[in-house]
Amino acid sequence: MIGLINIELYKIFRKWRTYIGFIAIAVLVSVIQVAMLVEGQRSINFMTHNLQQSFILVGNLLNGYLVSHLILNTLVIHIPFLITLVAGDLLAGEATSGTYRMLITRPVSRINIVTSKFLAGIIYTCMIIFFLAIFSLGLGLSIFGSGDLLVVQNGTIIVFSKNDVLWRFLLAYCFSSLGMGVVASLAFLFSSLVENAIGPIISTMAIIIIFIIISGINIEIFRAIKPYLFTNYMNGWRLFFDDPIDIKEIIKDSLILLGHIFLFFGSAALIFQKKDILS
Amino acid sequence: MKEEVLSDEKIIEVQNLSKQFKEIRAVDNLSLNVYKGDVFGFLGPNGAGKSTTIRMLLSLIKPSGGNIKLFGKSLKENRIEILKKIGAIVEKPDFYGYMTAYKNMEILGKISGSNISKKRIMEMLELVGLHKRYKSKVKTFSHGMKQRLGLAQALLHEPDLIILDEPTTGLDPQGMKEIRDLIIYLSKEKKKTIFLSSHILYEVELVANRMVIIDKGYAKVEGNVSDLLNSNKLKVTFEVDEIEKAKLLINDTSWMKMLDSIVGNKLIFLLEPGEISFLNKLFVENNILVSAVIPTRSLEEYFLSITETVSK
Repeated sequence: MIGLINIELYKIFRKWRTYIGFIAIAVLVSVIQVAMLVEGQRSINFMTHNLQQSFILVGNLLNGYLVSHLILNTLVIHIPFLITLVAGDLLAGEATSGTYRMLITRPVSRINIVTSKFLAGIIYTCMIIFFLAIFSLGLGLSIFGSGDLLVVQNGTIIVFSKNDVLWRFLLAYCFSSLGMGVVASLAFLFSSLVENAIGPIISTMAIIIIFIIISGINIEIFRAIKPYLFTNYMNGWRLFFDDPIDIKEIIKDSLILLGHIFLFFGSAALIFQKKDILS
Repeated sequence: MKEEVLSDEKIIEVQNLSKQFKEIRAVDNLSLNVYKGDVFGFLGPNGAGKSTTIRMLLSLIKPSGGNIKLFGKSLKENRIEILKKIGAIVEKPDFYGYMTAYKNMEILGKISGSNISKKRIMEMLELVGLHKRYKSKVKTFSHGMKQRLGLAQALLHEPDLIILDEPTTGLDPQGMKEIRDLIIYLSKEKKKTIFLSSHILYEVELVANRMVIIDKGYAKVEGNVSDLLNSNKLKVTFEVDEIEKAKLLINDTSWMKMLDSIVGNKLIFLLEPGEISFLNKLFVENNILVSAVIPTRSLEEYFLSITETVSK
């Protein structure tokens, strides 16, 4: 299985589209960091305007942690698109290029093929988030330096000591990987159904956009279905920037996301097992 | 044509195989046997169900009914074990275009779970004449080169059974000959069993010892190529130096009834295979120089007669 995963990773990283995600993240993070360098202090003043009337704020509030938190908040909505570019191509890409035939006539079980592809997709997803973490925190801390993190959580401003922040980021990135894992799994499921990668990419993004919009509209009927939308749990990384941390909620959200991953992958595997290869 | 191979060990055993795609019955109750050492021609017009059958033999698609046994074992229950012994080209060979020929081979070898050495890969590339292009990306290859690379990957893990689905499609005459020569080499020198699907009929006639003709998904005829070809009269052209003398010679004899037509100095007869030498002897003994004896009764005609009968 490890050999198969290595082969799949090799195939992924030999394609140009794989690097679009890394390049896009590098560009976006850099742009946000530059923007914060120019406009960041004004934003901080605006955020803390009311607070400054009652308290004296000291220290470096515009720091690498704050910028990284802002970036995570912003990009976590857009990263799914970068994930689907690769995940949607994992199975459908083989059909498009006609290589399904050679792959499946090898003495290897279909479940091993589909599992290795899926795991390679998940590894890619984690690498994207890891890259985001390293680039965002690394660049942020080197430009803006360290400092206490000021977070607005449910309308409340929480300040975390700079020594209490890094582990929260690490866990938040891990949780984001889980959320993006659901996106990758969904794209993978769609990829198992069709013979062209465009379909899975568009379908996955359409579902995510629709779910995010429904989650964001605060009316009675949407509130009722909100708990059934996986996008509702993808922002669970924010729970790590709460005080106290709601462990039960994090576990619940994680299990729901994991359940979706297993559901989507299980369906894809079942479809792939029964699939007639006609491409 | 390849000499007969006498073996009773069945390598492929297909019984009542069927495949239904919604309203279309692509393969209908097909049964066939391929024996060890056979070069087995799998003939049929386009849409006859050849590729669907091959895909079922390779577990690319699941049969709607019937049984497939390969090497005496059920494909359904022993898929991986069986596939280890098979090399195949299914329709046009497609590769990862962004990788080199060598890397494609290496990856396919690794997926097969075989410990394929660099030497082995290079040997196979040399066998198909691609060793000088092993560093080239496959996307730069012509169709013919991809076909040859397809053959190389099929042979990579030293399979006992080689399944070739239309292996010469799109090749120029030289490329077709090379593939034919390779098939003969694999059969005679390497003792491989070969299942060859083709609609280029003379290709099968040249290399196969046994064959089946399928049409509309079911087998019409199965047997030895030579037996099937000899089951009807052959159209034989005798090219002679003195056409009038030859005509006079056969006039009022039973040969006249067998004369089909005369074109220039060519007499075209419909003969049983055993009659050719007698007629030739008759001409020679009467000082008529026979410069050529051309049997034109081909598999193509036989094939057409079979499939036309089916169509009617």
